[in-house]
Amino acid sequence: MSFEQIVFYFFSAILLLSALAVITVRNPVHAALFLVLAFFTTAALWLLLEAEFLAITLVLVYVGAVMVLFLFVVMMLDINTSTLKERLGSYLPVGGLVAVLAIAVMAAAVGRDHFGLEQYAAPERLAADASNTRMIGEQLYTVYLYPFELAAVILLVAIIAAIALTLRTRPGSRYQNIDKQVKVKRDERLRVVKMDSEERK
Amino acid sequence: MNFEMPNFALAMPEMFVLGMACLILLVDLFLNERSRVVTYLLSQATLVGAFILTLSLYTPVRELTFSGTFVLDPMASVLKMAVYAVVFVMFLYTRSYLQARQMFTGEFYTLALFGVLGMMVMISAHSFLTLYLGLELLSLSMYAMVALQRDNRVASEAAMKYFLLGAMASAMLLYGMSMLYGVTGSLDLGEISRAIDEGEIERMLLVFGLVFMLVGVAFKLGAVPFHMWVPDVYHGAPTAVTQFISTAPKIAAFALLIRLLVDGLGGLQSEWHDILVLLAILSISVGNIIAIAQTNIKRMLAYSGIAHAGFLILGVLSGTAEGYAAGMFYVIVYAVMGLAGFGMVLLMSRAGFEADSLEDYKGLNQRNPWFALMVLFIMFSMAGVPPFIGFWAKLAVLQAVVASGLIWLAVLAVIFSVIGAFYYLRVIKLMYFDAPADEARIEPGRELAAVFSGNALVILAMGLFPGALMAICIQAFAL
Repeated sequence: MSFEQIVFYFFSAILLLSALAVITVRNPVHAALFLVLAFFTTAALWLLLEAEFLAITLVLVYVGAVMVLFLFVVMMLDINTSTLKERLGSYLPVGGLVAVLAIAVMAAAVGRDHFGLEQYAAPERLAADASNTRMIGEQLYTVYLYPFELAAVILLVAIIAAIALTLRTRPGSRYQNIDKQVKVKRDERLRVVKMDSEERK
Repeated sequence: MNFEMPNFALAMPEMFVLGMACLILLVDLFLNERSRVVTYLLSQATLVGAFILTLSLYTPVRELTFSGTFVLDPMASVLKMAVYAVVFVMFLYTRSYLQARQMFTGEFYTLALFGVLGMMVMISAHSFLTLYLGLELLSLSMYAMVALQRDNRVASEAAMKYFLLGAMASAMLLYGMSMLYGVTGSLDLGEISRAIDEGEIERMLLVFGLVFMLVGVAFKLGAVPFHMWVPDVYHGAPTAVTQFISTAPKIAAFALLIRLLVDGLGGLQSEWHDILVLLAILSISVGNIIAIAQTNIKRMLAYSGIAHAGFLILGVLSGTAEGYAAGMFYVIVYAVMGLAGFGMVLLMSRAGFEADSLEDYKGLNQRNPWFALMVLFIMFSMAGVPPFIGFWAKLAVLQAVVASGLIWLAVLAVIFSVIGAFYYLRVIKLMYFDAPADEARIEPGRELAAVFSGNALVILAMGLFPGALMAICIQAFAL
């Protein structure tokens, strides 16, 4: 087994185990951290495929930004995991059986006999000075211009949807109106009451 | 690297809709409640403008641009124009409904226009990448629209189900696409088709990818056994949104089916044929039988939509140009009938009351004979009774099926349509032979009443003269 294969199997094993842990651990914070581990190992696999730019982007964007936000949200929400777990037991036998069968069928269909290195050779190694970032940049803004713009539109729709679904002005909420505060006159706040003096009892 | 400058002119309608949607988004910020109608008028103007642009770009040949990710052919032009027309009528229908429910906002219109853009991208896609991006653009807009009434528990539940199941279906579709990319080495539909025709790729791997892709497409079409979301979403969503998601996106889903199966995987026809037969039989039987048990008219129309999806698949599975034309005819006719069907629910509803129970249609003839007659037209057309347009659509599809030698399949489809006729006729029975349960006057706005009557009369008129639309559909596949 070559060194590359050892690295591949090492990271793949961690990836699968951590992905499994994401959906099985009880504590949602632990689940989010396992997801971080899964992203890290995926980035390592991409490095093996010579996709350095994408690997680093995955770590920066997903691990650095998305998952941190995710952890914030998880910590703010008070999720009661015990109720979620109760129903898992009743689904496990059927779900597990379906999963095992599906994996068996898929392995038979796309296993080594049909989809191995003999049928589909591994891609050629790039030259030592090949720049991954440069290649992606060239492709993205020329050949993939149209899909690239569409991806931007999808993000715009996501922003609109997120704002439309969460922004709400509550009728009873109290807030300061600075303009009014500044413009206020003495007469509006102070009332001088004249009254006759009374005799002390 | 060699790079050919794209011919931007071919994508003018897409760019126009995108630009206008962004403009409306900005203009809407500066409008107060009373002048909100400007948003509505601009949205309608966008659809009209896109229609004119698409019409002026119509060419009888097939043109590729953007490095082969975008295609403009007669089918794309016709389907896009059908989408604009359907969404235009949907906007006409839903204005008063939205105003009565504080949903007459800029978000509804911008999301709908972005959905239209997604459909246009799907219709004109010539690569897995653009197909998927168009589908996601459409789906994201629809998820958000279903959830727009966020204080409504039923709508939120429907949106959640739709989002989760839709994400699953997208994942399936992507997995299938990745398998095909792995074996053919290309995302371009033309390249994939060429690679398959060369015959050097093992069939098993291709079929493996095909099956996963079909799961995703069947979900988007709402075909059995991937139909579970349809009744819940149609029922839970505000009727205006239901009218949107049940009509125009079906046209885009038809385009998705044709682009993937015919343009991309035409060489695998013998493989996908059997899968489609199964999907069609299940959809027609399950849809028609379960619809009988429904007491909610939105759920009933949802199951009817599932059965119609089955018929649509029947057209495609014959694998001939006539069959595809019949399928296209069917999907356009279904969109027109779906508009009218949910338009009927909009018409009977008023502020604070949704006429979504079958009981609400009792004795409609005594309350308003004209509307009862219009509903009669719609129900007869959906059931496939001549001379309404629904009959010609079913006939065209069945002719294509018979021509491909599957007479048993055609017979089965007819039997289930006859079973299905029961629940359409039940609505008519409730309207004409039962005493009204609710004596309140039906007072839709003049605009809504006119659109509804016009829509029902178009169903009759198209039924009397089906030749023109059929000719257009045949022309679209004449290449």
